[in-house]
Amino acid sequence: MNEIKASMAGSVWKIVANEGESVTSGQDVVILESMKMEIPIPAEQDGTVKELKVGEGDFVNEGDVIAIIE
Amino acid sequence: MFSKLLIANRGEIASRIIRTCQRLNIRTVAVYSEADQEAPFVKEADESYLIGKPRVNESYLKIDNIIKAAKETNAEAIHPGYGLLSEHAGFAKRVREEGLTFVGPTSELIAMMGDKIAARQAMEMAGVPVVPGTMEAVADVQEANKVAEEFGYPVMLKAAAGGGGIGMQAVKTAEELEKAFEGNQKRAQTFFGDGKMFIEKQIINPRHIEIQVLADEHGNAVHLFERECSIQRRHQKVIEEAPSPFLSEETRRRMGESALKAVQKLRYTNAGTIEFLVDDQENFYFLEMNTRLQVEHPVTEEITGLDLVEQQLRIAFGEKLTYKQEDLLIQGHAIEARIYAEDSNTFYPSPGQLTKLTLPKGDGVRHEVAVNADSQVTPFYDPMIAKLVVHADTRKEAIEKLTKALHQYEIEGIKSNLTMLKRVVTHEQFTSGAATTSFIEDYYLPSLTNQ
Repeated sequence: MNEIKASMAGSVWKIVANEGESVTSGQDVVILESMKMEIPIPAEQDGTVKELKVGEGDFVNEGDVIAIIE
Repeated sequence: MFSKLLIANRGEIASRIIRTCQRLNIRTVAVYSEADQEAPFVKEADESYLIGKPRVNESYLKIDNIIKAAKETNAEAIHPGYGLLSEHAGFAKRVREEGLTFVGPTSELIAMMGDKIAARQAMEMAGVPVVPGTMEAVADVQEANKVAEEFGYPVMLKAAAGGGGIGMQAVKTAEELEKAFEGNQKRAQTFFGDGKMFIEKQIINPRHIEIQVLADEHGNAVHLFERECSIQRRHQKVIEEAPSPFLSEETRRRMGESALKAVQKLRYTNAGTIEFLVDDQENFYFLEMNTRLQVEHPVTEEITGLDLVEQQLRIAFGEKLTYKQEDLLIQGHAIEARIYAEDSNTFYPSPGQLTKLTLPKGDGVRHEVAVNADSQVTPFYDPMIAKLVVHADTRKEAIEKLTKALHQYEIEGIKSNLTMLKRVVTHEQFTSGAATTSFIEDYYLPSLTNQ
């Protein structure tokens, strides 16, 4: 199990991989928006998106868990 | 002159406008979001008015709230600054319908220049050279490819409603176009509510040079020479200067005349900027027109001695320009460096808590600052937190002054682009005046991996 964390404060602009989808390491899971810039947040390992902790439009702080990959 | 002005903006530009108003004895109203309660501009204004939550679409883009603030504070005019609602035709229209003065051109002209395709058509009709490309939107990727083949790759794929580099991509081949088209169209639809796309021939290794214009409501217009803004990252300017180190006197004159022709033909009023791409043969092509004050306006102020905010207010009040083109001369050389809260290598934003801010002092050193030493830099807005502007007799002296000031500049608590700026202003490509818009890609980024 691997937690994906927000690399900086911002809001969730887009969910790219939904719960249940399989992802490979480096593939974007969500895209954050901070200071008018889109910041893709990739999976750090191959697996399946077990749980998304955020929804589009949610605000996250640096270090917040965004998703769990299994 | 107006007795009270509302500023529909935030940060350094709100402070900048307040400063001119104080000099002209105009009372000021700041509007602010919950995230900006402690921001310097809120305290500098004579009155301040909370208009909503941190996110721009819940505060600074809420037209109703801004109009309400203007009514309740009895402001007579609204200055939109740059970004946010400054190029929103509906906002300008609404302000005027409410019986207030909008400091800027007509909503019709804002709308026309905001549609990049309509702007290209208007400029071509005015006799201003435009970048070769489609004069209408392309329907789909097949048609896009057809015209791209016609003009020859590489081409620029652009959103008609685009801005800030969003919905825009250079493509070298049909395969790249195929990949890029849908994504950019979608993005343009998401960001601007308009997915119209068009194609321009890519001008290779261009410089970005723009002409500042001022026009009153009595048919008088002048241009305030050029600003060169070739140093950009992510299609956003980082360093701007005036005059351009590249233009010949002849090209400068022709670009100025071209810009004035457009202003007169369009019956444009107030301050505006016509952006051009200039190739290595000094051919220039219309890129877009910004119908507002620009971030980099201070370099023009430094070389002309004019206060552009004052000029905007006087024009909006109905006054006539008190000078003619022949009265204007370029005095010395000015450079602006934008200070961003971002990583110097990746350009990723870095919101957070400032713990230290030291601004260098000196003759010909000017600051426009959005923060103070203990400000919280929030993730809700643009990462630009300050501008450093220098003015000297020559370009060489201006670069020396800027380099020294950047070395004395201190920002702690968050990442900033100071390291990047110091590298850029001492790079031979920049100091020799040879830098083009691909400087960051061609020289800056490679220099990082070589270290």
